[in-house]
Amino acid sequence: MEFIGQTILNGLMTSSFYALIAVGLSLVFGVMHIVNFAHGEFYMVGAYTVWLLYAKMQWPFFLAVAAAIVIVGLLGLICERLVFRHAKGNVLSGFIMSVGLVFILQVAVVKIWGIGKMKPVPAAYPEVLSIGGISTSWQRFIVIPVAMALLGALWLFLNRFRMGRALRAAALEPDAAALQGISVKKAAAVAMLLGSAMAGAAGALMAPIMSVHPYMGHSVVWTAFVVVIVGGAGNIKGTVLASLFFGYLTTIITTLLDSTIANMVNVLVMLVLLAIRPQGMTGHAEH
Amino acid sequence: MRSINYKQAVVLGTLPVILVCAPFAISGYKVDLLTNLLINIILVSSFRLITTTGGWSLAHIPMMGCGAYATALLAGQLHVPFLIALPLASLCAGLVGLAISYPLGRTKGFAFFVASFAAGEAIRLCWIRFKFPFGGHRGLSVPPPAIIDNVGWLDFAEARPYYFLALAVTLICLAIMYRLDRSRIGNTFRAIESQENLARSAGINVTGYKMLAFSLGSFFAGTAGVLLAHRLWAIEPHQFSFTTALYLLVWVVFGGAHTFWGPIWGVVTLTFLSELLRPLAEWVPMIFGAIIIVTLIFQPDGLEGLPRRLRQMK
Repeated sequence: MEFIGQTILNGLMTSSFYALIAVGLSLVFGVMHIVNFAHGEFYMVGAYTVWLLYAKMQWPFFLAVAAAIVIVGLLGLICERLVFRHAKGNVLSGFIMSVGLVFILQVAVVKIWGIGKMKPVPAAYPEVLSIGGISTSWQRFIVIPVAMALLGALWLFLNRFRMGRALRAAALEPDAAALQGISVKKAAAVAMLLGSAMAGAAGALMAPIMSVHPYMGHSVVWTAFVVVIVGGAGNIKGTVLASLFFGYLTTIITTLLDSTIANMVNVLVMLVLLAIRPQGMTGHAEH
Repeated sequence: MRSINYKQAVVLGTLPVILVCAPFAISGYKVDLLTNLLINIILVSSFRLITTTGGWSLAHIPMMGCGAYATALLAGQLHVPFLIALPLASLCAGLVGLAISYPLGRTKGFAFFVASFAAGEAIRLCWIRFKFPFGGHRGLSVPPPAIIDNVGWLDFAEARPYYFLALAVTLICLAIMYRLDRSRIGNTFRAIESQENLARSAGINVTGYKMLAFSLGSFFAGTAGVLLAHRLWAIEPHQFSFTTALYLLVWVVFGGAHTFWGPIWGVVTLTFLSELLRPLAEWVPMIFGAIIIVTLIFQPDGLEGLPRRLRQMK
């Protein structure tokens, strides 16, 4: 019984983390048709911001997280303005541009903060949280409420606000949206801002848990892509459901076997699904 | 047969002389660089073979790794002679390519990138996870090829003889891929790239041809992997990581993938450029990243599109 409870909690934490990182990726793809490989590097920059502000400059943890969200969001906005806008919706060139950004951001981080040295981020909330035999640290638990709050805010924005609805319209039918007076460019910029900010949030929350280094984004972006493919690119609800599915799958296999096997199974599930249903579980935004 | 004009005659006349004489004019270290360049030329050409059907595979470097691992097991553990291990290991890579090309062939655009990326990473994870027979993180050792025993001057553990071996294999591979590109199959690949639905309605088995392109590309990537493994004498999973795949993309995009020679121009130019930038080695990935973004914004056709563009400007 305790084992089941523990697995439910661990799975929920993993799923929340997947959702944070994958929803941003899905949003950016849905609106801009950019396969953003630099999403993992945005996550890495978020983690570095928390290391710098919280571990080095002694800011309060949540203030550092908020700063990371803002900084990475702005970084995404700059990338959209300088780079991705010029892809003009071409999936291949957008993707390769993001590959160029991966190189640039990695070297920039190595050059500014050095490579090889560990960047230890002490846990802000090291206290153990235990409910009836199930235990975890508060630091790990925090991911769940923060992810829910951010996803809720995103849902509210996309459904209840004018700009959010414009964003969805631009994702569905850019030409029709433009005829309705919606600026597709502005929608793309907002999507990039929000998507990157979510990656920044994930990186910031994970900084005390994972090791912070210039190449940390790599393994994360890989999992995020698997989640997005299965959930349906550009489909936020599908992406969240797929995050839950893969979060629990990974947790269960990691508990029973090991994490490398879990990664392989995730990929196999995705490949089998693609062979049966190439359009993903719920359909991609791509035509 | 097309008649050859003056300029092409000059190139065709001088290139073999350069390729044969160059290794004797430079140090052993630089000969190894040239050998590496030859291997990368096979790699970009085989990559272009897949791109002619429209899919930019991110599993290409792991496919190269399949060839390298296969030869490490065949030549290293089972003592199969090099000349037999070379085609056999390439075939292994081709078969792995065939296996993953089925789900990949049904996807396009976003899903193709991601699925090929993930499939490649899964293969790499197998090498790390299964210490037997792949050796885990430490990898495997590969013997230098022994083609003819007891001939002192023809020791393939040396840089120069190996260069000529690699040159021979490269020329054979390029000749096959060039013929393929010009053949009916090559035309069909391009038809699929430009109008997939039209090709399908014209009765072309689109998925089948995509799988064929992917398997053939993987086969030649495997050949490149065999050559790499026998020169390095040791392979490890890290060599076939995603970073290498990113360089491959940069070479191909910089050269341009529309013509057969485009990717080769790209890899040759950028290899010499990164040699020139040796003092700035740490900055090279950033410079490449900037090059690729600038190329895509201002010269989307890459190097191969430059002559046409220059003519238009006149």
